[in-house]
Amino acid sequence: MAAVSAAAAKDRVPRRTSRAGKAGKVPFRIRLRRDRALILMTLPVIVLLLLFNYVPLLGNVVAFQEYDPYVAGNGTTAIFHSPWVGVEQFSRMLDDPLFWSATKNTIVLFVLQLVFFFPVPIALALVINSVIRPRVRAVAQAIMYLPHFFSWVLVVTVFQQILGGAGIIAQTLEKHGWSGFDLMTDADLFKFLVIGQAVWKDAGWGIIVFLAALSAVSTDLYEAAAMDGAGRWRRMWHVTLPALRPVIALLLVLRVGDALSVGFEQFLLQRYAVGAGASEVLDTYVWNMGIQNGDFSYAAAVGLVKGVIGVCLVLGANKVAHLLGEQGVYQK
Amino acid sequence: MSLNTQLIRSLKAPARPVWEEPPSKAGLTAKTGFVMLCCLGVLGPLWIVIVTSLSPKPVIDQVGGLVVIPQGITFVNYTELLSGGQVSRAIMVSVGVTLVGTLFSMAVSVLAAYGLSRPGSLGHRFFLMTMMATMFFGAGLIPTYLLVQSLGLTDTYLSLILPSAVSVFNILVLRAFFMGISPELPESARIDGASDLRILLTIIMPLSRAVLAVISLFYAVGYWSAWFNASIYLTDQQMMPLQNVLIQLVQKNTEAPTGLQQAVRTGQLSALGLQMAVMVLALIPVAVASPFVQRHFKKGMLTGAVKG
Repeated sequence: MAAVSAAAAKDRVPRRTSRAGKAGKVPFRIRLRRDRALILMTLPVIVLLLLFNYVPLLGNVVAFQEYDPYVAGNGTTAIFHSPWVGVEQFSRMLDDPLFWSATKNTIVLFVLQLVFFFPVPIALALVINSVIRPRVRAVAQAIMYLPHFFSWVLVVTVFQQILGGAGIIAQTLEKHGWSGFDLMTDADLFKFLVIGQAVWKDAGWGIIVFLAALSAVSTDLYEAAAMDGAGRWRRMWHVTLPALRPVIALLLVLRVGDALSVGFEQFLLQRYAVGAGASEVLDTYVWNMGIQNGDFSYAAAVGLVKGVIGVCLVLGANKVAHLLGEQGVYQK
Repeated sequence: MSLNTQLIRSLKAPARPVWEEPPSKAGLTAKTGFVMLCCLGVLGPLWIVIVTSLSPKPVIDQVGGLVVIPQGITFVNYTELLSGGQVSRAIMVSVGVTLVGTLFSMAVSVLAAYGLSRPGSLGHRFFLMTMMATMFFGAGLIPTYLLVQSLGLTDTYLSLILPSAVSVFNILVLRAFFMGISPELPESARIDGASDLRILLTIIMPLSRAVLAVISLFYAVGYWSAWFNASIYLTDQQMMPLQNVLIQLVQKNTEAPTGLQQAVRTGQLSALGLQMAVMVLALIPVAVASPFVQRHFKKGMLTGAVKG
């Protein structure tokens, strides 16, 4: 991987420096004329991002209001007519047991995902990487990638049909005299069920990054290690895993930065089966309070708190990665 | 004969390097078993869903639910679902949204990726920063919802396309690929007087078929699988895409699609068989398309991982 980027960078370096050197001297109007086609090409995406990613940021002001969408003609003008209440919505949050239960669920699920989901693709990649028959490898990979492309609706439905009360396991057990098997509505097991679904859907897809990193490891390293008497397992420990370290660090940073998003559709879809108590995470709580109950200001406040903590987590995790000598999400 | 030897040769392992010790019998068996188990874990449930959707009602009733071993095949569930009614309409909606959305997303993404592929051009840094910053924050569900509502997009199909049309990650992958193309090609075209748009269409894009295929698949799968935006922005049940209809059928336990309820009640059709058939219809496009682009995945993800 590093080799690829180094080679690509070598190709471009003289070109880029010469352009950058010129950029300071070429007058703005001439640069505008020269690059107008490029700018026009970039604009549609920039406009879409401004409209749907930046403008709604301003909409977060409703978190400091008692927002009423019907006070004026449409949702936006209503913002100018709604009363300001300061941080009242935020202090409401402190006394809201449902908010704290959603927060607790979110954190517990994040820890469980980190422990039970995160290592799975690494282990799978090591196994697949040791399969040397190309045809077998390609077929196994194709099959393992497949569930990543299924929608959450399909994944949840498949699980329901296998593990649910009317599902195939319950049927078989009932025939043999055990009844009442239904993992899908068991609030205690729900957390592990959710991890199982995530593993089924995305663990196979997750190996792709690790396989790419593994294919960049020079076989000379393995040969040298073998010459020195390192067996299969020692080679994995001293050659393979160090090669994966930067990728693992990067993915860990990304995961920690996104700690408060443990999945949204997945939980919303199973809300009816398992109940709001077990399946409520911060994202679904925002949906429930805002879209379902119409308490837009409170929901926006919860979303805002989550968003701000999320940004802090990304920056913090990245800082830690830099301190540990890894590259992190962006370079310093 | 030749086909046979070819097959055997392709299945035969490439030579093991001399320094590597041959694997132990137990280790090899364990590894093979594990890989097969993983594949079975993926394919098993799909097999059950497909077989049940193809089983006649008496078989489903006799087994008492999902069918694992096929006993007789009928396409009646599919012919009923596809001969008009709720599910046929939902499929049309999903196909339409996926086609239009993917075309739109690809058009703006390819243009932006090319527009940003020349470092040092005017506004290059600013545009890139504007794009990348959105990867670190989200505006939040409520403000986005209020915006889509005020723009008057609710109850239109635009609400399923515009808010999710741009994926910055996809643009960065495309851009990294475009930047990897040797610069002499576009340069010589420019000297011959080609415009940037012409260079993109006649030089860059034909050289990037692999990554274009992968990114199109990513966008298409995104549109095909989406259901949440439809559930909050659309109120008219007639407009719902396939995933939402599937939710209604399976999650909320409606017994059958509207129009077929009579046939289920009188015992002509199996509700479970119909549900499984809808599931198969929802997974066929992705299951068929993704293996075709699979060999390009690593390349696409790799460039993204390196330069992202």
